[in-house]
Amino acid sequence: MSAATTHRAPSELSKNELTSQPKSALAWLTVPALFFFVVFAVIPLIGVLILSFARWDGIGAIGAAGMENWTSVLADPDLYNSLGLTFLIMIVSWLVQTPISLLLGVFTAGTQRYRAALAVLYFLPLLLSSAAVAIAYKALLDPNFGLAMGLGLPFLAQDWLGVPQLALGLIIFVIAWQFVPFHTLIYQGGVRQIPKSLYEAAQIDGAGTIKQFFHITLPQLKYTIITSSTLMVVGSLTYFDLIFVLTGGGPGNSTRILALDMYLRGFRANLMGPASVIAVVLVVIGLALALFLQRLGGKDKQGSQLEGM
Amino acid sequence: MKQFQSSRRSFLALAAMTPFAVMATTACGTSGPGGAAGGGASMWFLSGEPNQTTIQKAVDAFVSSNPDNKISVTYFQNDAFKTKIKTAIGAGQAPTIVYGWGGGTLKTYAEAEQVEDLTSWFDANPELKNKFFPSSFGAATVNGKIYALPNQYIAPIVLFYNKELFEKAGAQPPKTWDDVMSLVKTFNDMGVAPFSLGGQSRWTSMMWLQYLLDRIGGPEVFKAIFEGKPNAWMDPAVIETGAKVQELVSADGFIKGFSSITADSKADQALLFTGKAAMMLHGSWTYGAMKKDGQNFVQDGKLGFVGFPTLPGGKGDPKNGVGNPAQYMSISAKATDEEKETAKKFFKDGIMTDTVIDAYINSGSVPIVNGIEDKLASSEDKDFLNFVYDLGKNAPHFQQSWDQALSPTAAEALLNNIDQLFLKSITPQQFAENMNATLGK
Repeated sequence: MSAATTHRAPSELSKNELTSQPKSALAWLTVPALFFFVVFAVIPLIGVLILSFARWDGIGAIGAAGMENWTSVLADPDLYNSLGLTFLIMIVSWLVQTPISLLLGVFTAGTQRYRAALAVLYFLPLLLSSAAVAIAYKALLDPNFGLAMGLGLPFLAQDWLGVPQLALGLIIFVIAWQFVPFHTLIYQGGVRQIPKSLYEAAQIDGAGTIKQFFHITLPQLKYTIITSSTLMVVGSLTYFDLIFVLTGGGPGNSTRILALDMYLRGFRANLMGPASVIAVVLVVIGLALALFLQRLGGKDKQGSQLEGM
Repeated sequence: MKQFQSSRRSFLALAAMTPFAVMATTACGTSGPGGAAGGGASMWFLSGEPNQTTIQKAVDAFVSSNPDNKISVTYFQNDAFKTKIKTAIGAGQAPTIVYGWGGGTLKTYAEAEQVEDLTSWFDANPELKNKFFPSSFGAATVNGKIYALPNQYIAPIVLFYNKELFEKAGAQPPKTWDDVMSLVKTFNDMGVAPFSLGGQSRWTSMMWLQYLLDRIGGPEVFKAIFEGKPNAWMDPAVIETGAKVQELVSADGFIKGFSSITADSKADQALLFTGKAAMMLHGSWTYGAMKKDGQNFVQDGKLGFVGFPTLPGGKGDPKNGVGNPAQYMSISAKATDEEKETAKKFFKDGIMTDTVIDAYINSGSVPIVNGIEDKLASSEDKDFLNFVYDLGKNAPHFQQSWDQALSPTAAEALLNNIDQLFLKSITPQQFAENMNATLGK
């Protein structure tokens, strides 16, 4: 896969500073990356694919199962419940996180001192591990001993993690709380790369702040948005630790997303075959989504946003 | 645009790798201190007092009197441990001493030849075998061979209640299901939750089903399920059990938010001793924990305990008990001979010494050792200890916890369906049908 990059190395490259480098040397540079990709991605992928046709409890001997795992998992309503939940969390998370991180990114890109101070606060959740975040929220939201009782605010004493709809909403909130800072950082970097001259020109033409945002900032951030969205969407396939600690997939199966379903089948129910089927499904969905999002970036990938600058 | 070209590739790589990252994160928990360095044996045990101190002292005492044998102990939370040990055994990274609850999980290990057959070792050490309650060997035996050393204490499930709240309400502990339902109303009217429950752990909710099914249909119903007889889960007693559970849930019998409380956090016990809940169905081991954490709640005699109530027309003997007949320790087949010898020596001379037995009794547990009646009678917790001894040892039938008795696959399906049953997202009929599909798995 990485090897392909060199073949398609855009002609632009040879025109520029790399003209002096022979092409074969360039190919060798991909070897370390290729090595890690094969060891950590391709080989496990093949292993999981083989396991998806095997009968294995994770402890004893591995036996052949034929299509049994695939037919049983694909006929299992739990799979579609998990798939639906995964996509629901993915879409709602994107809808919630993108506008917030975009606006915060634009805001923190300013150089004023108070913005820098606030930015430090916004980025705090980035320092915490998912498990720590989940444990903290679980303690705070405990309806009997949590924040609500501590502060004497009975309306906060909902059964946040015990009612299916509330638990799902809460998980989307906690995910946003944890990941918005990261995407804010991406947008902040993106905004800071927009040339000042564009804004100066717009100001001369009489465009106000809002017009500048929609006509300069947003279009200039096109690729940043795609980057951030790809990370968000593909990342949401792998939310695991947070949900595992907060709800363990419950109550009922109301937060049992695909990655968690895979874990519970594999490591709790000792059904490694069906768990591998789900892993393969995850790979396919992840690849399809990543490809789709990159296509959104437009066919003309050589097109620059800084044409004529 | 150059940067974009390369970043696109790395995103594809990222996309391809992320699912494995999950597999890796989920699996990487296994790389614990498998074989302890330096030739010593390793052991994993449950964290939490009072047992953590008891075990650590036992190990320390053993090591100091046997300087040639080293044992290192690592502690884990209960729910996390159950998954971790399974994964570690599958990965060949198991500690020398495998702690567990016997039954279906031990059967999986034994059939995969991951744990040592201890039958001949017990035959060579009859005084050790005769030391323990004979009934404790049932869950340690697979296909007629003993694969684990029974140890620690007998742990029946007990209905605890807060005497202070009962006095305030002028109520008596329940003897029948009608009593239960009327107490639910009494305590709800008082603004106190009738029952505490750590429902997110799911095996906590399972304890309710175990007692209800026994009282309604007798022990034969689960026996048929355990033996995998066709349609065993479709017994009318199972459906009635489910209906009774949902009746209690609908009447607000359990504390608000029970399905988000975990047993590992001990919040369920705290609800009882802080007076936020009037009753709690839980393992006898919580007595010691509440004695330690409950600020004299137990010492002042405010903790009451009774057997599970009877049900109208029920077939089960009201003296029947459910719970864990003992805890178990096996020896990993993957350990070195030296480690195995250390473990066997520890089993023989270190794990159930008089000091350890006294420590269990002092923390409110009944060790599975013959001839301890006098010690129990002279303990400050003698009322509770005698109650547990009676419930555990003299019960006409003592049912091992279902999630331990069944195979891991069936147990996970059971816990998942119990969660949904308590949430009322499935009917008792659906519960029975879902479980029936797991027979023989």
